[in-house]
Amino acid sequence: MKYISKVVSLKLNAEKCVGCGMCLEVCPHNVLRMEGRKAVIADLDGCMECGACMTNCAFGAITVNKGVGCAAAIINSLLYGGEPSCDCSGGKGRDSCC
Amino acid sequence: MPEIKLTIAPGTFKELKKPPYATGTVQSAIGKVWQVPAELTTADKFGIFRCRTSAYRNDYKVEPGLYAIGQPGGASDIIVTANYKYSFDVVRRALKGMSAWILVLNTKGINVWCAAGKGTFGTAELIKRMQLAQLDKLSERKTIILPQLGAVGISAHEVRKATGFKVVYGPVHAKDLRAFISAGHKATKEMRTMEFPITSRMALVPMEVIPMLKKYPFFALIVLLAFGLEPSGILFKNAIGGGLPFLAFGLGSIFTGAALTPALLPFIPTRSFAVKGWITGVVGTGLLMSAFPHFNTILLGITLLFFPVASSYIALQFTGSTTFTGMSGVNKELKTSIPIYLFSVAVSVLLLIVYKIIEWRVL
Ligand code: SF4
Ligand code: SF4
Repeated sequence: MKYISKVVSLKLNAEKCVGCGMCLEVCPHNVLRMEGRKAVIADLDGCMECGACMTNCAFGAITVNKGVGCAAAIINSLLYGGEPSCDCSGGKGRDSCC
Repeated sequence: MPEIKLTIAPGTFKELKKPPYATGTVQSAIGKVWQVPAELTTADKFGIFRCRTSAYRNDYKVEPGLYAIGQPGGASDIIVTANYKYSFDVVRRALKGMSAWILVLNTKGINVWCAAGKGTFGTAELIKRMQLAQLDKLSERKTIILPQLGAVGISAHEVRKATGFKVVYGPVHAKDLRAFISAGHKATKEMRTMEFPITSRMALVPMEVIPMLKKYPFFALIVLLAFGLEPSGILFKNAIGGGLPFLAFGLGSIFTGAALTPALLPFIPTRSFAVKGWITGVVGTGLLMSAFPHFNTILLGITLLFFPVASSYIALQFTGSTTFTGMSGVNKELKTSIPIYLFSVAVSVLLLIVYKIIEWRVL
């Protein structure tokens, strides 16, 4: 299943990438792939902007505008200010949490 | 990275009173550690069932700290999880027959995924718990296993820098932990991928439907008032007679937006949840309308304008439960749909007023 195309903010800077493969390990949607000795974005639309790859790239090669893809959270942050967060909790990915 | 200060004396966690889920203690290099069974009690299983079927539970927590499964030693695996009891329970259940350490972070009773998003399942908390539990003395392996979904909040290289421990990301689902460990800390592509199958989607449906049903009485009240309102007062007969179709359409929108759209998600055209919900809403409203063939044109207009849009709005809420929608996409959807929602509601209200004016023959 894919979400809306060509909106994802994920960027990979090939110059900084050393090909350690950590970003591939943490991505739950197989967005990244190794091509030769560098990671590349193979499936941009598959990215849910969780930011796991960015946080775990020791070389700062990945940037993404990380956030929650939840309408209620974004509407709440529009109405009451603050960052959108899943404060209503338990929702997203709950049954897959361990 | 925030500075970590060790405020509690090392070993304090051992002196905590026995938690109800602990069955004994094991001896380790750092002294006694609470032992927990891998077998869940009936109450634990019921707890898992409740967590999966009903809304988030506020006070379903375990005490953060170190626990033992089986008889672990210095060479045993250390598995990190959140202090939401559900998270803790599915991890220990997955470790049945094995010996391992479980390090529970204080995520304020929130599951790994949500806590990682907020940062409570985060680098600073992990390092602090590792130090409190004296993992450097406990473990010869210098490796900890984290749930993959925790990676959002954890920076593996920072943990290594601060503690010397290597972070290994385990599978997305706790149930794959055993296979991951026996494969020598190797995850298959399947273990690394967050799927969103129909079973998960259906399991989430009650959590979409119930909050909407809670709002439904307000909607019903407005409808009944609008139809019952007469210059002479509120007529019960008119309220029911005129309002009934709208009450049915309202339920229909909840059904199509909160149940049908999630269930049929990949089969409904377009990637936009708002459009998906609108499509199911049009179909649902259309089908229901055939039950009321003698509808007047204005009411027909309101129906077609309002109820598919309501279904669309409700369907959009499901982005919060999916495993693949990102913030940029939802933002884009909201930018186009909110004006449409507001416009549709405003026009519907106007049409309703026109309808009442004609009905009352005041003009
Ligand atoms: S984690 Fe960073 S350096 Fe490593 S492969 Fe990915 S982008 Fe390249
Ligand atoms: S932000 Fe998340 S989903 Fe997107 S590429 Fe990175 S790890 Fe994968």
